Amino acid sequence: MSDIILETRGLTKHYGGVHALDDANFILRKGEHIAVVGDNGAGKSTFVRQITAVEQKTGGQVFFDGQEVNFTGPLEAREAGIETVFQTLALADDLDVPSNLFLGRELYKFRLGPFSVLDRKAMRDRTMEALKTTAVKIPNVDNPIRNMSGGQRQCVSIARTAAFASKLVIMDEPTAALGVQETAQVENIIRGLKERGIPMILISHNLRQVFDLVDRIVVFRRGRIVASLNKDETDGNDIVSYITGVKGGTDATYA
Amino acid sequence: MSSTTHGLGGLKYDPSKKARAPEWNVFFALIGIIVIFEVIGRVFMADSFLFNTRENVSSLFNEQRLQIIILQVSITGIIALGVTQVIISGGIDLSSGSVVGATAMIAMSFAQVAMVNGNPNPKAIFGELGWVDLPVIVPVLVGLGCGLVAGLVNGALVAYTKIPPFIATLGMMVTARGIAKWWSKGNPISFPTESYAAIGKGMMPVVIFVGLAILFHLIMTYTRYGKHCYAVGSNEAATRMSGINVDRTKVLIYVIAGLLSALAAVVLSSKNLTAQAGMGVMYELDAIAMAVIGGVSLQGGRGSILGTVLGALIFGVIISGFTFLKLDAYYQEMVKGVIIVAAVVLDQWRQKGRARG
Repeated sequence: MSDIILETRGLTKHYGGVHALDDANFILRKGEHIAVVGDNGAGKSTFVRQITAVEQKTGGQVFFDGQEVNFTGPLEAREAGIETVFQTLALADDLDVPSNLFLGRELYKFRLGPFSVLDRKAMRDRTMEALKTTAVKIPNVDNPIRNMSGGQRQCVSIARTAAFASKLVIMDEPTAALGVQETAQVENIIRGLKERGIPMILISHNLRQVFDLVDRIVVFRRGRIVASLNKDETDGNDIVSYITGVKGGTDATYA
Repeated sequence: MSSTTHGLGGLKYDPSKKARAPEWNVFFALIGIIVIFEVIGRVFMADSFLFNTRENVSSLFNEQRLQIIILQVSITGIIALGVTQVIISGGIDLSSGSVVGATAMIAMSFAQVAMVNGNPNPKAIFGELGWVDLPVIVPVLVGLGCGLVAGLVNGALVAYTKIPPFIATLGMMVTARGIAKWWSKGNPISFPTESYAAIGKGMMPVVIFVGLAILFHLIMTYTRYGKHCYAVGSNEAATRMSGINVDRTKVLIYVIAGLLSALAAVVLSSKNLTAQAGMGVMYELDAIAMAVIGGVSLQGGRGSILGTVLGALIFGVIISGFTFLKLDAYYQEMVKGVIIVAAVVLDQWRQKGRARG
């Protein structure tokens, strides 16, 4: 058995003439936490969207858990075990916490097509459990999340990901809009994932956070992977030089 | 530690308290309006709006008025149940009234008696075919079929061509009205069989309305379909990303709305013992108004069947109240318009209040 959980070979995405992502070769090992950094428009989110099949790739291959995969949509990716926290909150504001956690994978008392009866108690119980394991504090899970602070909503979003995480977690700028305290809470959830041995790809602009949390840092620039550096062998200045193009002018062949 | 948590920018709210259900506000509004009519009646008319004042009747309330209040809104109420689901999912259905017209015409032509007073039915659409009286199930199924087709077309247009629901259902509104007029070249269709006439007889519309309201309340609260209606209206992109088949859900929502409009048409034509091409004009707006007054947000995601039922009752109370005060129907319409706008303004204010935390 290989210890590689996710590998991309020559992953490419063009939007018309725009080469948003070019020939991305990437390897993630089991239990490893990787940060993806880069300037705006460097291709980080595009990269993630190809893996999770939110968009269909133009070219290249994705291997997940030892097999080549061609997901046709984010649901398939999720069913395969890839959980994603998207940059834009993927939450329904008017639903309560359990409904959001179980959106698209509801538990049923009995099934009757679209009129299947929901098992609301089981979903609520498992929500409380999930919030406990991720140490997220939501005072009343029965309120619509519209009434919650940005931080609490993000925590629901992340608790949802962490609770169902089986094989791989992807987070696209999870703390971009959060305050100090809430950022700390999200970072704790990420550390919890590390302890549970669940691999993660973290997209972040926050280098302090990146150095705090991950093992390896992959730098994107203009749609290409220009560096893949172990945390211990690099520093902030080094990363910034790659991001801005001072270093790594020639493309790294393998990341 | 206080139960107040700090959110972004120091916003505060008390999250441990369960928010009061918005239906209560609608309920209080209903009580308030009844009280206003009661007071005006007592002061200016020396009569009671709500209570029985006739000496030869022994009941506490004016039961006749209560019956009329709910009877006159139950048919539009049936439509409003479907419209509620459409609006909760972030859409709108302008076609209900015309679908009522078209369905009433088509269903009624299958419900006609063959013979009137020993002569062939002069209004029979299929008279030359010499048909016998068809069992009641035939016109009912034909009617539901009309609603199904209208709903499928609406739903497919909204879900797959991605044109705005306003436009898709506007098209259906005009088309269905055209079909209603074309079907019998503008002539009314009358003389239904006795069994068809029984569907909407007496208080039957109320029974059907209340029964359907309970059914759809349960569906919206406890089933996957209901949950997904709210999810789609709340955040369509997120719902799609969660792997829910949003398009299929939308088609189902419009189909249910179409079926409910068709059912309303069957009840209405049965109650009136006739079908006319002009039936159901403006019903879509009344239904939308009932939902909006009942707290269903036009932005989607919020509202309930219970709210719409309360909204329908407010509607009924206002119409009865105006009749009680012997005010002309013109005033009714003017006030109806004001109330609809007021309900939407209130909804906006509520949301602003919530956004502030």
